[in-house]
Amino acid sequence: MIVLYRIDDRLIHGQVVVGWGQRLGIGFIVLVNDEVRASDWEQEICRMGVPPSIEIVFASVAEAAARLPEWEQDRRSGIVLTPDVDTMVSLSRGMPGRRRVNVGGIHAREGRTERLRYVFLTQEEAAQLKALAAEGVEVSAQDVPTAKPVPILELV
Amino acid sequence: MSEKLSGVIVAHTELAEALLAAVQAIAGDETGLVAVSNRGSDLKALMKRIDEAVGGRPAVIFTDMPGGSCAHTAAALARGRPELRVVTGVNLAMLLDFVFHRELPLEAAAERMVQTGRVSVGIVAR
Repeated sequence: MIVLYRIDDRLIHGQVVVGWGQRLGIGFIVLVNDEVRASDWEQEICRMGVPPSIEIVFASVAEAAARLPEWEQDRRSGIVLTPDVDTMVSLSRGMPGRRRVNVGGIHAREGRTERLRYVFLTQEEAAQLKALAAEGVEVSAQDVPTAKPVPILELV
Repeated sequence: MSEKLSGVIVAHTELAEALLAAVQAIAGDETGLVAVSNRGSDLKALMKRIDEAVGGRPAVIFTDMPGGSCAHTAAALARGRPELRVVTGVNLAMLLDFVFHRELPLEAAAERMVQTGRVSVGIVAR
């Protein structure tokens, strides 16, 4: 099953593989991104440093929406990773049961303001996350498992 | 004689700056190295930061952990850039060795860094 839905613009990196992967005993990571899905060399870079015990699945946004039920029924624990708020919002409708979204890293860019050391949001992104929370999704910011989760409503 | 190689250390939080400070304390100020942190940046912003540090010169990019955002970004930047090599597992021994071998051809320098770095890891007391 999917144990973590995470937004992280650094994609598959140390915090995901080591930080969360070790603690949650992760067996697979799904990276939902059309660009990486279409690029062999970007996939190769994403696989670097990932232990062989963790399967990496590259999915387009459309593929991810279709395959969520399959991943939710997987016997292994998995992480679904999106690089941005938009992609997570589009997947959120397909999440079963208690819906939770982890904001793991959205970094500085023009038009964004700092909400936490690792969370920078535009007004629009903030509104999208707020709307997600209003739909009953538990949205919180937390970079690593040992950090205290911060409810998104405290940041937007 | 051709231009000496540049070195760019790219690492998490304060690690790159700290490594550079340690290299300078041991080898003096003329290291040919610059430090880049991944602090507060997504992959795109980090890539820009590394590219600026490289400055279009032949360079070895030293990164900390394979699979981390630093190594990921450096590898993506070096794609199609024959004047760049990316090494993972940066340590003090390899950086010090780099300072004194910047006249080597790029490929030889990168291979030497990997060897020096590996040789420096071991158990010295038990």
